[in-house]
Amino acid sequence: MSGLVWNKKDLLGLDGLTRHEIELILATAEGFKGVSSRDIKKVPALRGKTVVNLFFEPSTRTRISFEVAAKRLSADVINIATETSSVKKGETLIDTGKNIQALKADIVVMRHNYSGAAVILGRTLDISVVNAGDGWHEHPTQALLDMFTLREKLGRIEGLKVCIIGDIAHSRVARSNIWGLTKLGAHVTVCAPPMLIPPAIEEMGVTVATNIDEALQDADAVNVLRMQFERDEQSAFPKQMEYFRNYGITQERLAKLKKNIVVMHPGPINRGIEMSSEVADGANSVILEQVTNGIAVRMAVLFLVAQARERLDEDAHKKR
Amino acid sequence: MKMLIKNGRIVDPARNLDAVGDILVDNGCIVQVATGRSGKVKTDTTIDATGMIVLPGLVDMHVHLREPGREDKETIATGTMAAVKGGVTSVLAMPNTVPAIDAPEHVALVRQIADKTAHCNVYVAGAITMGRLGKELTDIARLKKAGIVAISDDGASVDDGMLLGKALGNTQGLCVICHSEDKTLSGHGVVNRGLISTRLGLRGISSESEYARVKRDVELARLAGSRVHIAHVSCRESLEIIAQAKKEGVAVTCETAPHYIALTEEDVLGYDTNFKMNPPLRSRTDREAIRQGLKTGVIDAIASDHAPHTENEKDIEFDRAEFGVVGLETALSVVITELLEPGILDWQQIVRLMCWKPAEILGIDKGTLKKGTDADMVIVDPAAQWTVSKETLVSKSKNSSFLGKTLHGKVLYTICKGEIVYSAA
Repeated sequence: MSGLVWNKKDLLGLDGLTRHEIELILATAEGFKGVSSRDIKKVPALRGKTVVNLFFEPSTRTRISFEVAAKRLSADVINIATETSSVKKGETLIDTGKNIQALKADIVVMRHNYSGAAVILGRTLDISVVNAGDGWHEHPTQALLDMFTLREKLGRIEGLKVCIIGDIAHSRVARSNIWGLTKLGAHVTVCAPPMLIPPAIEEMGVTVATNIDEALQDADAVNVLRMQFERDEQSAFPKQMEYFRNYGITQERLAKLKKNIVVMHPGPINRGIEMSSEVADGANSVILEQVTNGIAVRMAVLFLVAQARERLDEDAHKKR
Repeated sequence: MKMLIKNGRIVDPARNLDAVGDILVDNGCIVQVATGRSGKVKTDTTIDATGMIVLPGLVDMHVHLREPGREDKETIATGTMAAVKGGVTSVLAMPNTVPAIDAPEHVALVRQIADKTAHCNVYVAGAITMGRLGKELTDIARLKKAGIVAISDDGASVDDGMLLGKALGNTQGLCVICHSEDKTLSGHGVVNRGLISTRLGLRGISSESEYARVKRDVELARLAGSRVHIAHVSCRESLEIIAQAKKEGVAVTCETAPHYIALTEEDVLGYDTNFKMNPPLRSRTDREAIRQGLKTGVIDAIASDHAPHTENEKDIEFDRAEFGVVGLETALSVVITELLEPGILDWQQIVRLMCWKPAEILGIDKGTLKKGTDADMVIVDPAAQWTVSKETLVSKSKNSSFLGKTLHGKVLYTICKGEIVYSAA
C-alpha cells in the first residue's frame, strides 16, 4: 500500500496527519513494544544517529521517555535544558536550532512554552523536529501513546466514546487527542468548567459538556488532564476543592459508569484534585501502562522521522 | 519644467472624471487636464500613458515611519521610498515614535527630517496624550501651530473616556483618529478569538474588544458634537455601529487596511508572524463585511497601517513577535487584485477610498487632479503582475503578509509636486 509510507521529516502535531499516518505510527510502535521487555533492551535502528532533547520548559517524564526511547534505538542522546544553555543569554529559538543542526544532530526533540515553536523550528531546519509539547498547541506523542494504550485495552478506537476532562483551554494534550481520536473515528466529549472550554471547540468535531456525570455516561474511556494550578495566569480556575467536588474522578462516580471504563492520565497526577488515589491506583487505571507504552510510541516516531529524512536526503541527492 | 502625461485614462472622482486624456504639469502644478486630443505643447518630459491609468497620488493616512527613535525598523527616507513605490504621495506619520510626537519641538523635528530626506509629502499626526500614556492631554493648539493635521494615540486607545471626551471637545478642527481597543478584553491575545485561536493554542482577541470601544468612541464624538475617525476597522460589528451612527448624523469616518480585505485568520495557521497584526485578521464573515463596507461607503478610506519591524522582532515565537506588517508598497496592488478585478469596486471607488476621502478627512488639499493643485500623480499599469519578495521591497523592513504572492497592477511612475519620484523602469 503506497499510502502507508511515512514521508515527513518532522512530527509537529496530529492536526496535519492523515488517519493512515497515525495508524502507521501506532503499528510501528507495536513492533517496538517488545524491545523493552527483552533482556537486552536495544535495537540498532538509530545507531550512529544523534538525538538532541531540547527542553525550554521543565519536564521529567516526557524527556526521560524520549531519552529511553532514543537509547533503546541505539542513538546517542544529548539533553539540553534552557537553564544551562545560551538561551538564558538571549539566543533566539532559530539560532539555537541552527546550532544544533550545525553539530550534525539528526533529530531535535523539543518542548517549548510557546505554541507553534515546533512548527517554526521544523520549517527552519533540515533535520527532523519532534514536538514534545509546545504551549497549548500540541503534544502529539502523548496523544499517540494514549491512543496506543486505548487500542491495546479495548481493541479498537473507531466508535469508542472517549471523554477528556479538565483544563481543555490550556491543554496541548487535549488538542492532540482530539485530532487523533476524531481522525480514527472515536466520539470525543470534552468536559470542563465553562471558563476552561476554548471558543468554537465544537467545530473540531467534539461534544462539549460541563456536567461530568452526563459527559461520562456510556463513556468507554476517560482521559483526565492535569489541572495546572501553578499556572493560573488568568485566574480562570475554580478553587481546588470545588474542582474535585464537581469534576474529580472518584470511586463513587466510577461505580455508575461502564464496568471496564479505561481511566487515563498524562501525569503527573494531582491526587485528590483530578482523581482520588483509589481511582489512580484502581483496576480501571492504565496510567503506568501509558508510561510504558510511551517508550514504544516514541521509538516509533524517532524511527519513522529518521527514515523519512534519509529518504528525503536521497531524493534531493538524486535530483542534484 | 513642463511635463505632459499623454493619453492615459484619468480617474478623478472628486471632479467626476473618468476619461482618456492628457495632463500638463508646469512648475510642480497641474495646469491642464484635457480629455480627448490636446494640441501640441512643448515640454521637457513626456510620458506616454496609453493603456495606463492615471490617478491622483495616493493618500495613506496610517503610516508608521518609525523616525525618530526606531531607525532600525524604518526611516522617513526609506518609508517614503516605499510609499512612492506603491504610488503613495502623501503619508500621515503616526506619532508612536520615540519620543512620541507630543510636543511642538518633536513635530518640528519630524518635519525637518522629512524636508531633508522624504521622497513624498509627509504629514504629521500628534499624540492625544503626553507620551501616549492616556493620562494627560497634549497641548493640541500648540501642536496644530507646529503643523500637525491629526491627533491620535495610535497603538493605544485612550482608556479614560472623560479624557478622550475632552480631546474631542477641543480638536482645534483637527481629525481625531482612534485606535479603538479595550485592552481589558484583548489582554495578551495575539490572534482572532475563535476556532483558529483554539486550534493554534494561542490567546484570542475578541471582536468585542474592538467594537465595544468603537461604540464608546462614536458615542463620545456624538456627545462632543465633534468628528472622529476610527482607525483599522477589522470586524463586522464595528461597521454596523459606524453605519448606524452615520445614519444618525454622527460625524464618524473610518478606514480599513488591505490585509483585512485580502486575508483571514486562517492565514495564521502556519504561525507565520507576518500575519500577526493588531487588530488581528478576522473571520471570513468579517472579511466579507469589510468588502461590503467598502462598496456601500460605510468605510471611507483604505490605509496601509504600514508597520515595519525588524527580522529580529518577527522571526521568533508567535507570542513574542511584534504586531504589524508593512503595506505601503502592496496596498494598491492588493486592492486591484482583491477588489477591482473581481468587480467589487471600480476605479472611481478606489480613488475615492485611497486618495480623495483620506485627504478630505485630514483636511489637506490632495487626492484630486484639479487644475492648480500640486502635481501628485500615479500612473498604473492595471494589467501588469508582480510577485512580492523581500528583494522587491524597498522598505527597511520586510514583514509583509504578501511575500510570495503574485499581485495585479503595477505602479509605473509616481510623480510628486511635478517631479518623477519613482519610476519602475
